[in-house]
Amino acid sequence: MPILEGEGVTKYFGGLAAVSNVDFHVDQGEIFGLIGPNGAGKTTLFNLVSAALALKSGVIKFKGKRISGLKPYQICRRGVARTFQSVKIFGNMQVGENVSLGALFGTPTTMTAPNAAREAAELLAFVGLSAMSTALASELTLVNQKRLEVATALATKPELLLLDELMAGLTPTETEEAMKLVTSIRDRGITIFMIEHVMKAIMGVCDRIMVLHHGEKIAEGKPQEISTSKKVIEVYLGE
Amino acid sequence: MDIIYNILKNTRFWWIISLILLVLLATLPLYSSAYSVILITAIIMYVILTVSWAMFSGPTGYISLATAAFFGVGIYTMAVLGEQLPLLPAVIAGGLVSFIIALIVGAMTLRLRGIYFTIFTFGLVELIKHLLLYWEVTVTGTRGRFIVLEENTTIFWVILGIFVVLMLTNYFIRRSKYGLALRSIGENEEASAHLGVNVNLVKVFAFGISAFFMGAAGAIMATRWTYVDPYVAFNPLFSFLPVLMAIFGGMGQIYGPVIGAVFFAYTEEKLLTNFPEYFMLTFGIILVLFIVYLPDGLVGVVQRLWRRRLGGQNANT
Repeated sequence: MPILEGEGVTKYFGGLAAVSNVDFHVDQGEIFGLIGPNGAGKTTLFNLVSAALALKSGVIKFKGKRISGLKPYQICRRGVARTFQSVKIFGNMQVGENVSLGALFGTPTTMTAPNAAREAAELLAFVGLSAMSTALASELTLVNQKRLEVATALATKPELLLLDELMAGLTPTETEEAMKLVTSIRDRGITIFMIEHVMKAIMGVCDRIMVLHHGEKIAEGKPQEISTSKKVIEVYLGE
Repeated sequence: MDIIYNILKNTRFWWIISLILLVLLATLPLYSSAYSVILITAIIMYVILTVSWAMFSGPTGYISLATAAFFGVGIYTMAVLGEQLPLLPAVIAGGLVSFIIALIVGAMTLRLRGIYFTIFTFGLVELIKHLLLYWEVTVTGTRGRFIVLEENTTIFWVILGIFVVLMLTNYFIRRSKYGLALRSIGENEEASAHLGVNVNLVKVFAFGISAFFMGAAGAIMATRWTYVDPYVAFNPLFSFLPVLMAIFGGMGQIYGPVIGAVFFAYTEEKLLTNFPEYFMLTFGIILVLFIVYLPDGLVGVVQRLWRRRLGGQNANT
C-alpha cells in the first residue's frame, strides 16, 4: 500500500522544468531510492513533498490524503520528516536541545518537556551520540552532525523519512555505518525515501529505485533492474 | 572558594538576590531623593526597552529598529486615553495597542529577512510619525498634545511593575519550548519550519509581546513629559539605543541586556551632567572600545572568567 503518492508532479523555475509531470509512489515500510545526475530535480522533488517549494501542478498525497498546499510545519506534524543535502542543524544549541525541538514541535500530538527530553535521549542513543548531548551542535564532526540531523527528524515521530544525500562527504567506513543506520530506521517501522549519489549504498539498501533525468522519470524498479537498464547507463555514462 | 562558586551556581541564590534588589528598589522613594527616583525611572525605562528588544531580536536574529515606533504608540495612547482612563488601564492600553500593531506589521513583514527587515522596521517609525503628523494637522488641527501629569513616585512604581512583569515573562519564555523555537529560528529558520515549528506564528507573537512592553513603557513615561508631539514621541534614538545597550551588556544571558542598559543609561547621565561638552565624544569612544575589544559585552567578560574557572566541560565531541 502506498504511503506517499505523487501524480503529475511539476515544478518550473522560470522556463526550466525542474520536475516535469512525475508520477511516483512509495510503499509503506520500504526503502525507496531516488537517483539521477546533478540537476535532475531530485532535491526539488523533496522540496515539493516537504512543501519547501509549492507545486506548479499535480498532487502529492500522504496516506491517501492530499498534502500539497500545506505548510512545512503541518507536513512535519502529519508524519513526514526530512533531512537536508547541506546539513541544517542548530549550531549554537546543544545537541540534546536540537533533538528535543523536533519532539516538542513536530509530533502529531503535543509532548511535555520531560517526555521530549526522554525521547531525545533515546534517539541520541539510537544514532550513537549519547555522550555528546550537552555539546554544541556546531562542535560535532560532519558525520555526527548528519546523525544529529537524523535523530532530530526522527524525534518528530515520522512515518516517512526523506533523506537527502545522507552519505555525501562520508568516508567508506562512515558510509557503511550510515547504511546500517538507514536499515535500522526502517526496522523501527519508518518508511524511507532517500536521495543518494553513492551507488554502492543505494543499491545495497533500497527495495526500489526511481531515476530522474532533466526533471523526468526515466526508470523505476528493483536495484538490479536499474543497474542493468540501458537508459540509465546512457544517462550516467553517455552513449 | 568552592563554596562560593557553588552558591553562585545555585538558581535559588539568584532568585533571593533578585528579590532583595527588588525590595530595595521598590522602597527607594521612601528613603531617597527625588533626583534618584527620577534617574532610576529613566534607567528602568531603558532597561525595559532593551530587554524587550533583546527578547525578540536576540534569539531570532531579526534586528528590529521598530522600538521607537512601539514606544511612541504607547506615548500617544496615553496622550489620547490618559484623561478618560485611570492610569493603570491607560498604561495597559498603550501596551495592547502596540501589541496589535506589532501583530499586523509582523504578519506583513517577518517574511523579510536580514537587512530588509531592519530597514522596514525603521521605516515603520517614520511612517507612523508622519501619518500621525498628517492626522493631527489635518483632522484634529493640533500639533502636540498635553498629557495628564503624574507623581514621580507613581511613575516609578508603575515602571518598576512593568519591569518585573517583563523579566518574569522573559524568564518563562526563555525556559519554555517557545524560547527554544525562537532560538532555532535564529539558527536556521528553514530547518525549524521543517521540524514542525510554525515559524511565522512564533515570530509574530514574540514580536508582539516585546512591543507590548515597549508600548506600556511609552505610556507611563508620557505622563512625565506633559507635552508631546510626533517628533518627540517617535524619536529614532529610542530605536538605536536599545540595540547599543544590548550589545553593550551582551545578549547571551537574560541579565546581559539589563546590565548593559543600567551601565549605559547611568554613564550617559553622569557624563551628561559632569562633562556636557565632551559627553557625546566620550560616549562614542567608550562604545567603539567596547565593540572592538568586548564583542560579547560586559556579560561576555564575566562568562569568560567563569568558564576559565570551571574548565572545559564539553570537550568530548
